[in-house]
Amino acid sequence: MGANLKQRVKASIGLAAAIAMGATFGAGQRSAAAEELRIGFLAPFTGGFAQNGEDMKNGFNMYLEEVHSDFAGAKVTIIFEDEQAKPPVAVTKAQKLIDQDKVQFIMGGVLASTGYALAPVSTRNQLAYVMPVSAADDLTQRERTNFPYVVRTGWTGSQTTHALGQWACDQGMKRVGIVAADYAFGYESAGGFQTAFEDCGGKVVQKIWPPLGTKDFGPFLTQIRGDVDAVFTVMVGPMSPQFPAQYAAAGFKKPLIGQGTSADEFSLPFMGDDAIGHVTALQYSAALETPRNTAFVKKYRSLYGKVPSYYSETNYTTAQWIHEVMKKTGGKWPGTKEFVRMMEATQLADTVRGPVRLDDMGSPIQNVYIRRVEKKQMFGFPNAELWNTVIKTYPNTSQFWTYKKDEYLKKPLYSRDFPACKYCE
Amino acid sequence: MNFWVTQTFNGISYGALLFLLSSGLSLIFGVMRIVNLSHGSYFLLGGYVALTVIRATGSWLLAIPLSALSIGVVGLLMERLFLRRLGFDALRQVLLTIGFALLFQQAALDLWGGESRTIAVPPVLGQSAQLFGLYFPMYRVFMIGLVAVVGSILWWTIETTRFGAIIRATVDDAQMARGVGVDTSRVSMAVFALGASLAALGGVIGGGFTGIYPGLDFEVLPLAFAVVIIGGMGSLRGALVGSLIVGLMDNFGKALFPELAYFTLYAPMALILAVKPSGLFGRD
Amino acid sequence: MAATARTKLLLVAAMLIALAAVAPIANSFVLLLLTKTLVFGILAMSADLLLGYTGLATMGHAAYLAVGAYFTAILAERYSIGLGCDFFAVLAAGTLLGAAVAALFGLIAMRSTGVYFLMITLALGMVVWGLAYRWNSLTRGDNGINIAHRPTCGVAFSDPIAYYYVVFTAFVLVLGGLYVLVNSPFGRSLVGIRESEVRMRILGYNTWLHKYLIFVIAGACGGFAGVLWAYLNRIVSPEDAILTTSVDALLMVILGGPGTLVGAAIGAGVVLFLREYLSTQVTWWQYVLGIVYILTIYYLPEGLIGLPGYLRGLHRTKGRPTPAAEPSP
Repeated sequence: MGANLKQRVKASIGLAAAIAMGATFGAGQRSAAAEELRIGFLAPFTGGFAQNGEDMKNGFNMYLEEVHSDFAGAKVTIIFEDEQAKPPVAVTKAQKLIDQDKVQFIMGGVLASTGYALAPVSTRNQLAYVMPVSAADDLTQRERTNFPYVVRTGWTGSQTTHALGQWACDQGMKRVGIVAADYAFGYESAGGFQTAFEDCGGKVVQKIWPPLGTKDFGPFLTQIRGDVDAVFTVMVGPMSPQFPAQYAAAGFKKPLIGQGTSADEFSLPFMGDDAIGHVTALQYSAALETPRNTAFVKKYRSLYGKVPSYYSETNYTTAQWIHEVMKKTGGKWPGTKEFVRMMEATQLADTVRGPVRLDDMGSPIQNVYIRRVEKKQMFGFPNAELWNTVIKTYPNTSQFWTYKKDEYLKKPLYSRDFPACKYCE
Repeated sequence: MNFWVTQTFNGISYGALLFLLSSGLSLIFGVMRIVNLSHGSYFLLGGYVALTVIRATGSWLLAIPLSALSIGVVGLLMERLFLRRLGFDALRQVLLTIGFALLFQQAALDLWGGESRTIAVPPVLGQSAQLFGLYFPMYRVFMIGLVAVVGSILWWTIETTRFGAIIRATVDDAQMARGVGVDTSRVSMAVFALGASLAALGGVIGGGFTGIYPGLDFEVLPLAFAVVIIGGMGSLRGALVGSLIVGLMDNFGKALFPELAYFTLYAPMALILAVKPSGLFGRD
Repeated sequence: MAATARTKLLLVAAMLIALAAVAPIANSFVLLLLTKTLVFGILAMSADLLLGYTGLATMGHAAYLAVGAYFTAILAERYSIGLGCDFFAVLAAGTLLGAAVAALFGLIAMRSTGVYFLMITLALGMVVWGLAYRWNSLTRGDNGINIAHRPTCGVAFSDPIAYYYVVFTAFVLVLGGLYVLVNSPFGRSLVGIRESEVRMRILGYNTWLHKYLIFVIAGACGGFAGVLWAYLNRIVSPEDAILTTSVDALLMVILGGPGTLVGAAIGAGVVLFLREYLSTQVTWWQYVLGIVYILTIYYLPEGLIGLPGYLRGLHRTKGRPTPAAEPSP
């Protein structure tokens, strides 16, 4: 092709694309039919959290396919938007879903900052925001009055670690060091552990905060004290496989316990044998040997080629939850306020993760499983793999643990400095 | 005492990783004056290719040269087909290399998925050597050793061979080099490919240490630039010294001043540049 | 040539009129994107002052956006300042704060040129990001700060159309002000510095002062944009200071056309629409973005603003000569 022709073709394509884009500007303003349920689903599908978003989508879609996208007569239309794990983008996309796609409620988000970005959008537009993943504590605690339409169907960071703190006491542990990622989720998870652990007689003697995304834990490992019974970690993303490996290589032998994300099914397939023995707490484990979970894991793996993580499970269960609400309304959308009230009133006895219901702040009360990483064969799969075997269950755990809600809320939100490290030497 | 020994060792091993990452960048800039913003992508892709090779053949040893070579070819093609036409227009190179970085990032996500992967190293390297009651992870020792070897080979090539002399001439004064008959465009191509291979090698080796995951490309880019800026562009010695400085400073900074952990990389970089604007060994 | 300059002015005026008129009729998602484009366009234009006019490529420009945005958020949420007509006072203060930070950073950055300047601004930008992340008591770290309400001054800015016009007016003011600036003797001397700093120094210009001043002015514009940005999104997080946001500003300038001011705003529009509009239609939008960058490099060396000239060139019989490589200075 001559240079001229090539240039002309490229320019024409560019022009055509521009015109096409312009033409679609006004489109997409259908109003929702009475028996239609339009859901706006926000998750990252590009960037560092793309796989989490993908898992979330797969979990929700798997449930939808099982019921043929029919929630008790309401035809479910779900629109997925990529919020790229950036709060400003999440806000824009949410607005698009609300104004242009006329969704009846929005759901999703992975990071705490996305949760904090979308919660006010829900208040402003008087629309329910269902959070299956975001674990930011305060959204259903001290900030609840600002965000009355937020329904959390996942977990809070401290919900699981409170239980782990109790478990650590029950194992006879007296002194524990904390190594937690230096950001809000790390603080809230560590705070939960420290509070419960110290209330039952334990002592947290050290708190180390590697920055989020740390690749070389060298400078932090040298600070870890040897005179502890265990090291409690809060690791996320790529930190989760790397920390146990570097910890072991540096010669540390004390047991590792941690927040669920330190060894959850998302990272577990890629962790080496140094993860074996790692004890973590989460509201789900793929190794739960209940009939419901067995079927879920087998089906998910056959469809998507991997063991489901809690990102998938929580969205599957959320879909089930919404379906239960729609069953009660006969497939008619009950309106935002009523929807939130009904979600709070609906108790699910049999989900993949076990029984689950909401407290009066819109946050789940559920089992917290203490899991240990073991290498074995499960569910008839051919190879021995790493699984989170459940070694103890704490039923009916709320976001406040055993504390009275009002007293709990009087204390400040867990932060880097709260609870203070009384026993740090 | 233990603390200082271990931290120094850690800092040097981290510096070794940084050298693999940044030596290529330094050479590329020295010869071509290109700020290659897709350099982090080469690192990431090297790691991903290694994962595929290991899955196909089970051999980690084989993954090393295969990754380095294949990404070297990618670099060569990128230079030959795309960069060469831009001459020395720095701005447009920036845009071009970012455009490619975006394409690589999306392609990596589509090809390998989004989970955090680890490169399984041979078990012997997963052990730790114990000396005087201190643990020295073999993998870190290996990184230092490998970089010592690679660095020496590079040094020998650049300082003693004819090809090395041609590179040095082009770095010093490209116009003069052309004047004495050096085909600088071929030198550019070769150096770009070499730089890409080194980055990919860094990805394979470093990947066993940091893991391989989406977003790693843009995370390592500032590290590479910090090293090259501190050490000075275009100088292999600068890259080595810069790597050691950044590795040690980052390690000690984080250990001694944990409150400032997010700044241990950038604040010293800004300060060094404020004092010596062209880096420690740099020439403009 | 006077004719071309007048045509350009007419075109810009026409575009502005179109933008003003479209607000009441555009669908709300497009309106939101346009508002975002205008705010980010202000940031990009200020980056153009540095990059296009003075030849200083900056990789840390988002720092000023973040400073202005956090300032606004903290005042609004903690002290309830800025929620009425004092919004304009906050706007002015945010601008001054951006200038102050730039004045500080400029002292460190102005010692370097070229790629070293790029890197030092990158480092400074990341220092701001690190502060936003770690200074939890002030910034709430990665949770970010939520702004509950937009200001009300006569009209409620919470109305998207009202806020669009506020932003639009701000944009026009900045565009006009910067236009006057770059066409002034000061502005012209910046171009001289871009072309050859040595020559300018020989001619007796205090080039350091010129560069420092424009750096501060660009920082001021960044702070200004930051205030608008905070109220636009109603959430401020460390994401606003991160490297990729700074890179965005740079890319918008290069894509749109460095040294033209308006080009930066056009670049902002293209990048934002591609990223946030196209991403609602297809999943492979990142490939499109990358390819747009690459194609622009090859066929539009002056950026997208050179598109009319390019299309005109296609009509000539011999076709456009390929862009010549310029040797480095």
